[in-house]
Amino acid sequence: MIAVIGLVLGAILGLILEPTVPQALAPYLPIAVVAALDALFGGLRALLDRTFDDRVFLVSFLSNVVVAALIVFLGDQLGVGTQLSTAVVVVLGIRIFSNAAAIRRHLFKA
Amino acid sequence: MGGDHRDTTAEPEPARTSFSAWRTLSRSLAPRLNRAQLLAGLLTGLLGFAIVVQVQQNRSSDLSGLRQDELVRILDEVTQRTEELDAQAADLRVQRTELVTGSDTERAAREAAAARAEEQGILSGRVPAEGVGVELVVREPDERIPSFVLLNILEELRNAGAEAIQIGDLRITASSYIVDTADGVEVDGVSLTAPYRWLAIGDPDTLTPALEMPGGALAAVRNATGTADLSAADLVEITAVRQIAAPRFATPVPASGPG
Repeated sequence: MIAVIGLVLGAILGLILEPTVPQALAPYLPIAVVAALDALFGGLRALLDRTFDDRVFLVSFLSNVVVAALIVFLGDQLGVGTQLSTAVVVVLGIRIFSNAAAIRRHLFKA
Repeated sequence: MGGDHRDTTAEPEPARTSFSAWRTLSRSLAPRLNRAQLLAGLLTGLLGFAIVVQVQQNRSSDLSGLRQDELVRILDEVTQRTEELDAQAADLRVQRTELVTGSDTERAAREAAAARAEEQGILSGRVPAEGVGVELVVREPDERIPSFVLLNILEELRNAGAEAIQIGDLRITASSYIVDTADGVEVDGVSLTAPYRWLAIGDPDTLTPALEMPGGALAAVRNATGTADLSAADLVEITAVRQIAAPRFATPVPASGPG
């Protein structure tokens, strides 16, 4: 429950504050968001698997974000930033889908 | 990572999976202030914040989300376009300057030509003229006044700087002549009789003393038993004009033609 409230609260905070993303972070924020979404779905699945652990969730969330941003950063330095960020989004998208499928199986047995 | 949970998951009992899954979900939805809930709330809050920021960023400005090489490409394009437009503007500016100076030159030439035409028209007697000058009426109560006396007046007027001269209804030009006839005098082929009414445009302060000089033109008129009434006028109107034939033999020297 607190997680849902936190999500809404964060969204409202973002709407109110309207912060500008620093130029250096601008290319990494969308990737970080997708990675965090992946971590969120993974956590939800773990919850339904009854293996949810807050420490694991925290570490997976942060490492997801950091690794995704790092990959894109590396890609930018190598000159393949656009392609690599596409690759990261594809991989994370697949994981989100598989997690969502697992959650669906848990809840609907289908 | 999120997927790590999958590896550690033990396979739940299939029979009560659905039921227990919903129960697990509803149980975790119940707000409890433990570490796990607070941490999850914090992280999801962070996520929500980031999502909203990114969406707004994406919507507000499309340039700030672009990569360096894309920005460089756009900048190159903009710079190139700017250079093209600058060159175009410079060309048009040069063209405009040419047109402006061209029309200026043309107008100046036209005005100069018109002014020259007026001057030469006055000097050659082609156009009417007006200005300060003198009026002189020569009468011959007793004897005829010979033509050389009148010619003397004309020469004196010319010497004194008269710019336009008229006798009676005749405009006097550079080629005018005065000769004696049986009835009077003939000026440029037209017979005139007394009184002879002269109009001359020029400085009255120069013309008057020149005519009245002792032993001068008016003295000669009086010697020939004539009378002369000389008066300066602020406005002398010379309305007589002379048609001038184009020169048949003389042509301008090309090298000294007007620029």
